[in-house]
Amino acid sequence: MHSTSQASHHDHGPSLRQRLAARGLDAVTLLVLPAALFLVLLFIYPFAFGLVLSFEPKAGGSWLANYSRFFADPFLYETIAKTLWLSIPTTLLNLFLAVPIAFRVRLMRNQRILTAILILPITLGTVLVAEGLLNYLGPQGWLNRTLVTFGLASQPLKLLHNYWGVFISLLLTGFPFTFLLTLSYVTGIDPALEQAAATLGAGARQRFRHVYLPLLMPGFAITFCLSFVQAFSVFPSAVLLGAPAGPTRVISIAAYQAAFEEYDYSMASAIAMIMGFVQLAIVVAILASRGLFYRGPASGAKG
Amino acid sequence: MPIALSKFDEVRLDHVSRDFGSLNALRDVSLTIKRGEFIALLGPSGCGKSTTLNCIAGLLPVTGGSIWLDKTRVDTLKPEERGFGMVFQNYALFPHLNVRQNIGFGLKMRNTPRVEMERKIDEAVALVRLKGQEHKLPGQLSGGQQQRVAIARAIVIEPPLVLMDEPLSNLDAKLRLEMRAEIRRIHNELGATTIYVTHDQDEALSLADRIVVLRDGVIRQVGTPKELYEAPAHLDVADFMGFRNKLKGKVIANDGDGRAVIDVEGATFRGVTRQALPIGAAAFVAIRPDDLMLGEPGINALKATVETIEYRGREFVGTARSAQGADFVFRSHHSIAPGGSIHLTASDDRVLVFADQA
Repeated sequence: MHSTSQASHHDHGPSLRQRLAARGLDAVTLLVLPAALFLVLLFIYPFAFGLVLSFEPKAGGSWLANYSRFFADPFLYETIAKTLWLSIPTTLLNLFLAVPIAFRVRLMRNQRILTAILILPITLGTVLVAEGLLNYLGPQGWLNRTLVTFGLASQPLKLLHNYWGVFISLLLTGFPFTFLLTLSYVTGIDPALEQAAATLGAGARQRFRHVYLPLLMPGFAITFCLSFVQAFSVFPSAVLLGAPAGPTRVISIAAYQAAFEEYDYSMASAIAMIMGFVQLAIVVAILASRGLFYRGPASGAKG
Repeated sequence: MPIALSKFDEVRLDHVSRDFGSLNALRDVSLTIKRGEFIALLGPSGCGKSTTLNCIAGLLPVTGGSIWLDKTRVDTLKPEERGFGMVFQNYALFPHLNVRQNIGFGLKMRNTPRVEMERKIDEAVALVRLKGQEHKLPGQLSGGQQQRVAIARAIVIEPPLVLMDEPLSNLDAKLRLEMRAEIRRIHNELGATTIYVTHDQDEALSLADRIVVLRDGVIRQVGTPKELYEAPAHLDVADFMGFRNKLKGKVIANDGDGRAVIDVEGATFRGVTRQALPIGAAAFVAIRPDDLMLGEPGINALKATVETIEYRGREFVGTARSAQGADFVFRSHHSIAPGGSIHLTASDDRVLVFADQA
């Protein structure tokens, strides 16, 4: 009697599999495994390895020796400011350029052609762009020749092997990415919202300020973070177009030199950790500020 | 002071046209709307009714003709300079602003003093019965509540003209009836001149003072709901007003006094006409399903075979097909087995006769 009632209870209750499925765990969940494995092998393990390595200085001594050396040597710690001084202005400028262009492009019919043209620089990579700029911006390049020929400059502008060379290169390589992200956020906003604002008496400037801007701020924050991280890890153009011993000695150059010129992997790991921490601090600060803005869907209707 | 509406006498559309490339979305639309009127623009999708509304709102420039508010030409003004209130089909509420801020948006754009703004928002909230919901975001509201916010937002700026673009089409059937009554009540309280776009003849009939039926960008008929319902001027207007049975035939007699006799598949139909129908011309007989009943062979009766029969509570609605393949929808007090042979009949004054391709 007792055992039968237990059995029937068992029959009617949901099975373990059903209960797991209700919590979102079923066979399909296993498909996450390859990606998780990939992440562990190619990101978490190297990261942990580098973190541990950075606390084992090559020359021995305190486990923080690499970090104290970095922050004691201006040749090393100044790379943080130099990298920020390149990456933040270029990212901001790219965003400021991308917004008005995205607002115009969202009304265009042949967006695809434009998108293709813009994706090209991304696929070509920074080295090719840098080499192109070496020719174009050099003292005998097209730009300077044109400026001098038309009397717009009395002598060739010095745009290479200094801050501006890297700045221009970052702008060019970063823009397509920034623009495409911005465009997707801008086109994601229901055009009826702008129309509604217009019928309520809002002019173009007010519509941007009171409708578009608040709805776009979270998207701009994400765009800024992703573009910034790209610009912060600048390396090829800083070497090829900049002054890698001077104003464009960015943090990745310091890490490179530690690893491959001094063969001090432990120091290089420490620099990489510091680099990651600076990026993380800025990204976290930006993302945290999103809390100040509306973050729901950018369309009025429920569908 | 309650929400007051701007003083004006009439809105006039003067030969308005709108082309999209080679497509004439609107052709030569002329219409005068008096202050306080509730006008419904009715028509099937693609007839130009939303285009008309967007042209009036200024969201779409006209390509011909002009729009006037009394003596002021408005079609050359930007939408923000016209100051017409608009209720959008998907409400277009600002998702980042709460109910009060949404309603107050237009007032804020006009730099309304704070005290006056708060008072007007309070009145609008009370009018659309949203007390207690004022600090919610649109995403937290039901469809009906979002609709109320959209209406309040459009009328709080006290516009000369309120434009509504199929405002009820996103609501379920029950809520649609409720909001229809609400729109009527708000119109009665404010007397706001309203242009209301819909494809639903019931909405147009129940709400409007006058209905404008559009088809292919052309006004087909303008009239009171009663006029349109009882005396549609064209076959397509009749179709829209529920005359679902359209039988093609030939004129065999016309007394010139509004009565014509038509031969349909050998049966004789006598009906009302407002058109000159020469004897021998092709013509259509139009009858509402409600008026087509089972009957005996004779005049105004056609033999048909029952195809389907549906239970509708108070009565049955059936479909039938004549010997020559014409389809009918009819009403019956009792069920008939499909396949049965019947005679369908309608009384003379319930039958309308239209010239072919009128």
